[in-house]
Amino acid sequence: MLKLPVYLDNNATTPMDPRVLEAMIPYFTEHFGNAASRNHPFGWEAESAVDYAREQIAQLIGADPKEIIFTSGATEGDNLGIKGVFEMYAAKGNHIITATTEHKAVLDTCKHLEKLGADVTYLEVKEDGLIDLAELEAAIKPTTILISIMYANNEIGVIQPVKEISAIAKRHGVLFFTDATQAVGKIPVDVIADGIDLLTFTAHKMYGPKGIGALYVRRKNPRVKVTAQMDGGGHERGMRSGTLNVPGIVGFGKACELCRLDMAEDTKRISALRDKLETALLKVEEAYVNGNREHRLPHVANISFKHVEGEGLLMGFNKNIALSSGSACTSASLEPSYVLKALGLGDDLAHSSLRFGLGRFTTEEQIDYTVEQITNTVNKLRDMSPLWEMYKEGIDLNSIEWAHH
Amino acid sequence: MAYSEKVIDHYSNPKNVGTLDKSKKTVGTGLVGAPECGDVMRLQIEVDDATGMITDAKFKTFGCGSAIASSSLATEWLKGKTVDQAVAIDNMDIVEELNLPPVKIHCSVLAEDAIKAAINDYRKKNGLEELVFEEKGVH
Repeated sequence: MLKLPVYLDNNATTPMDPRVLEAMIPYFTEHFGNAASRNHPFGWEAESAVDYAREQIAQLIGADPKEIIFTSGATEGDNLGIKGVFEMYAAKGNHIITATTEHKAVLDTCKHLEKLGADVTYLEVKEDGLIDLAELEAAIKPTTILISIMYANNEIGVIQPVKEISAIAKRHGVLFFTDATQAVGKIPVDVIADGIDLLTFTAHKMYGPKGIGALYVRRKNPRVKVTAQMDGGGHERGMRSGTLNVPGIVGFGKACELCRLDMAEDTKRISALRDKLETALLKVEEAYVNGNREHRLPHVANISFKHVEGEGLLMGFNKNIALSSGSACTSASLEPSYVLKALGLGDDLAHSSLRFGLGRFTTEEQIDYTVEQITNTVNKLRDMSPLWEMYKEGIDLNSIEWAHH
Repeated sequence: MAYSEKVIDHYSNPKNVGTLDKSKKTVGTGLVGAPECGDVMRLQIEVDDATGMITDAKFKTFGCGSAIASSSLATEWLKGKTVDQAVAIDNMDIVEELNLPPVKIHCSVLAEDAIKAAINDYRKKNGLEELVFEEKGVH
């Protein structure tokens, strides 16, 4: 029997794997020690659990355990990585290069730094969501200290050419930071092979607990340092003070281990389901995939259904299917997704989009149900859409003078 | 965001979805909003020349559940009213009836605008002066 509601919003957060929870439980009660307590068994136990998790986490991304700095999540990692480099390398320059489709945690951090004297270049992306490498290289100046480009996008799943970006960064002696929140645990990420200097990720996007993440900070070739943004006891090699969240770290470690061991199989199964979903939904008239389909996370699909509005569409089934839309009809600004707009999509198409994020626990039955529900709702809403009627009558919607608010 | 039961009901069972023949002199059509804003409403009325009574009303809406509900409700209210009575429909009446939250008030304003645009279209077709309405300026 199909259990409702169906969860297809795994880019927002993932359910925790029961195996992760099991690993965490003893660290709430029995092994509650502070990992910084150096002189009794409670502290030693906590410390050794953290050390073990740090290895599990480092192994997933090909890093050395010493290069893992624990944070509260990816937003903190974005802040620490970017602000920390800006402060640490102030003598070298103040120029940062990023892209318009980055997560708000990166964009707003850059905006904040602009107020403090940073010079930030926001690269436009191509219509498939990828950055233009020539444009990136051309943007580098003598004052450039950091390139911050995400590994994979949270809305469209597009994977940036990370290896090529890091090669450009290296050639110009610029550090490369990447927000890999959506990528780590889903596709192979290797900080050595990929040439990454700093990388942020978080447990709750990979079947681990919320409230724990990590910033990878390279120690060799080159040795990278960030200025702490949180002062205190000097934890995490002085880069991030604060008592370690031991149960969270243990869960994060377990989640990383599971992702590493299950990745090949999970990816095969999930991408087959994603392709099935996408193929079926593209049979709906005037449905389009947003973003590059080849360089894309295996579990993500972002599809626009022309002439129906995303929030109205969600309402048709959101009691039974959890999804996101690029329409931001509820926000005060009424602005649709800036990521979809950055692809050059008209606001109307951005308003008409749905984001599907499949996951480890998605089943074929759920996909079949979703296809049926969405197809029915799109058809129903098109029957009451004046735009669909005009489109069917062959009226060019751009020829109409709309009353803009 | 949780929708009120009335919004859900209008969304699930919209009243008066459809199209009237806009070439008829007795039909007034109002098309308001813009695709880029995520809301387009088309509201039509058919008026009995002799009595000034609105005998039929239809809508089609591209938009969120609240926009669909606002226009569906508007068509229900329009039927059986005279044009003069219809002019008096205020967006806040729609807000109240549907329990729209503040972020959705613009949907009700759009519905009111659509009613007024339909009435003016009807007046224009019949050689009457178009009414001038105050801007609500909520958008």
